[in-house]
Amino acid sequence: MKNIFKILIITLVIGSLISCNSKDSRNYEYMPNMYRSIPYDTYGEYDNFVDGNSALIPPEGTIARGYSLFEFENNTAGYELAKKQLKSPFTSSAEVDIKTGKELYNIYCAVCHGSKGAGQGILVKREKILGIPSYSDVGRAINEGSIYHTIYYGKNSMGSYAGQLNEDERWLVTHYVLKLKSDLEN
Amino acid sequence: MNKKYKKVDSKFYLIKNSKFFPCISLGKLLLPLAFIFTISSFGQDADPVKGKALFNSNCAACHKLDKKMTGPALRGVEDRLYNDEGLDREWLYKWIRNSSSLIKSGDDYANKIYAEYNGAAMTAYPQLSDDDLNNILAYTAQEKPAPVIKAVEVSPTGGNTSNGISNEIILGVFAFMFLLLSLGLFVVNKTLRSFAAQNNIQLPTKKKSTRKPLWKAFVDNQFLMLCSAIIMLLVSAYFVYGFLMQIGVNQGYEPVQPIHYSHKIHSGDNEIDCNYCHSSARVSKHSGIPSLNVCMNCHKSIYEYNGETTEEYSKEFYDAEIQKLYKAVGWDDESQEYTGETQAVKWVRIHNLPDFSYFNHAQHVSVGGIECQTCHGPVEEMEIMYQYSPLTMGWCINCHRETNVKVKDNQYYEKIHEQLSKKYGVEKLTAAQMGGLECGKCHY
Repeated sequence: MKNIFKILIITLVIGSLISCNSKDSRNYEYMPNMYRSIPYDTYGEYDNFVDGNSALIPPEGTIARGYSLFEFENNTAGYELAKKQLKSPFTSSAEVDIKTGKELYNIYCAVCHGSKGAGQGILVKREKILGIPSYSDVGRAINEGSIYHTIYYGKNSMGSYAGQLNEDERWLVTHYVLKLKSDLEN
Repeated sequence: MNKKYKKVDSKFYLIKNSKFFPCISLGKLLLPLAFIFTISSFGQDADPVKGKALFNSNCAACHKLDKKMTGPALRGVEDRLYNDEGLDREWLYKWIRNSSSLIKSGDDYANKIYAEYNGAAMTAYPQLSDDDLNNILAYTAQEKPAPVIKAVEVSPTGGNTSNGISNEIILGVFAFMFLLLSLGLFVVNKTLRSFAAQNNIQLPTKKKSTRKPLWKAFVDNQFLMLCSAIIMLLVSAYFVYGFLMQIGVNQGYEPVQPIHYSHKIHSGDNEIDCNYCHSSARVSKHSGIPSLNVCMNCHKSIYEYNGETTEEYSKEFYDAEIQKLYKAVGWDDESQEYTGETQAVKWVRIHNLPDFSYFNHAQHVSVGGIECQTCHGPVEEMEIMYQYSPLTMGWCINCHRETNVKVKDNQYYEKIHEQLSKKYGVEKLTAAQMGGLECGKCHY
């Protein structure tokens, strides 16, 4: 008799514990010190950072490993200078991995510029963003320097993609854009 | 007159082609053009519908009709230039086709607007003919359409239908009648009982049962008690086990985020690739939470929501969320400038493996070629992001046992694949056969 009641009570308590599990909060942990890392977690909030924010911008004047200095300025003059002077590090077309360039282009650029570069990406077709020019636009007459400069800093309504693509990837995309441009022109 | 203009135009073509071709501020050019169209007799044949198509494909990247973007707002640009600056359509032609040559020629207004927009040069549009420009200007000259006033919706539950009596009143009447009836029954019962008492009538009373109650019979039976005790213990053991096993598992975790970001709209409706925002998933251990400048890649242009809405998620709701983004990133939508006052957005992390297990996104996404949805579920349908998979060890192991490693075109695997497939006598190796079950692969 007493047994039954005890078992019933235990079952009820367990049942209520399980049912109390809310979608908004995390579940229990056995041993939190094995779950939580002692070193800083990516995107963690820690007191010794400003506002506790560990996602920081590199200090001014430093260059991250694997990156190099980009000396062209983020303005119209810098754009014109890049158009004239900036050359791709890939000297022969054999070095260019067009396949990777295409993959990256389709991830980052095709939403607006379209998979053919004619400015007919899905966001344009759905009229979310308008006025994306074709790569073959004569008024812009883009070349490798200007394409790279635009990817690096953005231009007009386009934002910078330097955070999403590293230096090599930017050049791969640049070469793929050039390929699309010549396809469009022919 | 037309002839005269054409002459002027061809002259500018020459200038542009020889010298100023690369960089002309489109915005500046367009503005004046638009004005010209509206005012004059030129506009008679201009077709605003064609103009809209041209505007959307050429100008809309930097100009909106009623909102300052990279370049100025263009509604009624021709009238404005004519009235305020005394500039005619010809000036607009020059500006649109080659603003930089106009600036260099020392034109006052051209230089003024060039300075006003911090030297952002408008792209040259030498390819646009007079007719094209006239059409565009006709489009910009159109009056702003009056906002559509929404019809007041009649709620189906509301009572103001034909009879004019609300449901609440009807319900109230019913409740009142029910109350009256029960009061009546009570009174009748009381009266009858008092009659019975007066006339000495014995009302039948309930007999006490002499039978043994069921539960007592059950308790007296030792065998039944034993059996039920065992069953109860097993059942509770099952629940206790289930409870213990789900500790630390956050499947279905769906926290409220500081900004309501809908994966359904972004990756579902607009088909933006997962890697667009989570760009480090390709190359790093972490999939990466996009910084706000990634949001601004699109939301610099997209300042309002125009898609499907529901009662819960209205246009106003979504617009307010975009405003939250602008506030956090410090973007002043009026002046189209960053204010520099930013606030960190404290996104709530959903997927989090315990510290004692190692997981690498790049390994799975880039090398393994696993779809994001395999682990994260149908994210493109999630209005609110939640944890789809349990992320338990059993779940990992199961996938490693079932998934064949993509070795094709991967020189790294050539030799080991050959040796291992000989060892196991199989054509295709699973991740488990290549060592995907070893403790040290994930725990070290």
